[in-house]
Amino acid sequence: MSTRDQILAKVRAALADVPADERPEDVAVPRDYQRSRAGTDIVDLLIDRLVDYKAVVHHTASAAVGAAGHADASGVADAVVARLLVARGGRIGAPVGVPEEWLEGVDAVRDDPVLPAAELDALDGVVTGCALAIAETGTIVLDGSPDQGRRALTLVPDHHLCVVRLDQIVRTVPEALARLDPSRPLTWISGPSATSDIELDRVEGVHGPRTLEVVII
Amino acid sequence: MTGARARGAGATGVSGTFVGMPAFPIASAKAVGDSQLRHNLHKATHTIRGKRAAVVGEQPDWTELRAAGAAIKNRVLRHLDVYLEQLEAAVVKAGGHVHWAADAAEANRIVTALVKATGETEVVKVKSMATQEIELNEALADAGITAYETDLAELIVQLGDDRPSHILVPAIHRNRAEIREIFQRSMSEWGRPAPADLADDPPALAEAARLHLRERFLAAKVGISGANFAVAETGTLVVLESEGNGRMCLTLPETLISVVGIEKLVPTWQDLEVFMQTLPRSSTGERMNPYTSMWTGAAEGQEFHLVLLDNGRTDVLADQVGRQALRCIRCSACLNVCPVYERAGGHAYGSVYPGPIGAILTPQLRGMSSELDESLPYASTLCGACYDVCPVEINIPEVLLDLRAKVAAAGGKGHRVERLAMAGARRVLESPGLLKAGQRAAGRFRRLTPRRLPGPLAGWTDTRDIPAPPPQSFREWWERNR
Repeated sequence: MSTRDQILAKVRAALADVPADERPEDVAVPRDYQRSRAGTDIVDLLIDRLVDYKAVVHHTASAAVGAAGHADASGVADAVVARLLVARGGRIGAPVGVPEEWLEGVDAVRDDPVLPAAELDALDGVVTGCALAIAETGTIVLDGSPDQGRRALTLVPDHHLCVVRLDQIVRTVPEALARLDPSRPLTWISGPSATSDIELDRVEGVHGPRTLEVVII
Repeated sequence: MTGARARGAGATGVSGTFVGMPAFPIASAKAVGDSQLRHNLHKATHTIRGKRAAVVGEQPDWTELRAAGAAIKNRVLRHLDVYLEQLEAAVVKAGGHVHWAADAAEANRIVTALVKATGETEVVKVKSMATQEIELNEALADAGITAYETDLAELIVQLGDDRPSHILVPAIHRNRAEIREIFQRSMSEWGRPAPADLADDPPALAEAARLHLRERFLAAKVGISGANFAVAETGTLVVLESEGNGRMCLTLPETLISVVGIEKLVPTWQDLEVFMQTLPRSSTGERMNPYTSMWTGAAEGQEFHLVLLDNGRTDVLADQVGRQALRCIRCSACLNVCPVYERAGGHAYGSVYPGPIGAILTPQLRGMSSELDESLPYASTLCGACYDVCPVEINIPEVLLDLRAKVAAAGGKGHRVERLAMAGARRVLESPGLLKAGQRAAGRFRRLTPRRLPGPLAGWTDTRDIPAPPPQSFREWWERNR
């Protein structure tokens, strides 16, 4: 008998007390927790939680767009992203699907063909979009779509600028899982890399990007 | 550096690290006498307790999430065979390979063979309880393969040639000054040395770890991990972490090997909505941990192997009371609130699973085969704080009492004497005449009451004073004064 069959046989023997006609769905799971919640404005909440975990946040959706009028909201937002990258300086990595407008005037390199690890390490930063953001926990989720790229691209460089659209923001974790596709490689990011390993004090900055900058457009 | 190395130079093969550990009372007595250790533990556990309480308090449906988490895990455990087969099929369908290991030795053989097949002699590791439990690093070292721990706390433990003492924060027993000393002494033996002017503030120490491991990550060809959850429905594996070392190990290598206990399953993708809320808040006291990776099968063209580990878990499953210990999601909230853990520290438990959860999990996984395992169910005051904080409602005091009953029923000298004493007491208390005679004798000869009891009864008086008998019993006083 293979180890696989041995383990499955031991499992079945161990569960002799479970009635033979009981199906998994017969074991009741009470789901009276809250999938969604009412509360404060989710954009404000997301900003509050991101800042709490030491992310740098820019909100172009209100002030900047208001100043520019209604005509070209997306153009203004694109320009804000490019301006932030130029101000920061250095060589910036970008996945193939990031709009050219975000890279206006930026010393940018597309991850196509894929950059070797050493070249990723030499980058000063990376700019991506995201799959969604969770307001309550200050979390951004990447799913490897063309505007987010492969996982290493947002991991090795020390600075990650992530662009979040208003329609990508959800309030709760259950709302986020319902929108995500498990067949894609997912990375959930809540603030910059951190550790609590020394005396259980949280310190920002270990192996992942030490600066997380979020632009809400 | 030449040749493979593993934590614990004296360790030989499987379970070498903890062989010969004394029973809990002896090991804990030594720890309690270490004032530096007690200071470190007190500071750390109280810090995390406060953070956990704050973020749990802001979750309005915590009670409901806890109940749902317990029920989801019960569903998995009661139908584990179904879900294991479902997970296997989903992982294979997504391009991964699935291996089954009955015990530590088999798991180590499988992983060693997989690494050897790649031709590599170095692997990078994400912190994982399962690989600590099977002592994979030692087995790999015996095969000439060096495993580099990359979690900051695991790195501290590995560099310090030490053993982990906490599930979440294995180096909780070390303070910043000790960590600085370990880095300065040992980093050069493993790779890039620590900066000569290394300070002992946590950001400087984290920076030293970043520099030490960076080249290692970029060159790594094989990564080894565990998993917090494995979703049967989709074949998705989930790893929660903080530093980014997990992401490095999971995404940069060409080959990824994940060793996962068979109890880590959850039925559906949707079920993660419960645990992705309860685990971060319970473990690090954060709304969300900095990084979580979720992947299904061969992600981004990677070669992926899943090793499903039994190693005693089916024995735990067979015990209808003890089974609930398999619901554990390794958050370590029970350690942080435990008055015994806070004073004794993790090493006294003689296992990679310390604290209240270790006191019920270790004896069940290992089958109460040693004096240490038999002593663990007694390493508790039964105060119940662990049950209160558990995000999957494991009734740890209930399991402790059940295990104590099993230890007592199995016999041993002390338990025979105890049964004899209880039988004697019953006889006396059932007979007014005998009780009266006994009380009178105790009163007359009260000056002769010993400070310590003789023979096998001495254990009772080691930690207690015998109450002084009164000169006369209430019965005698009543007869004279009524």
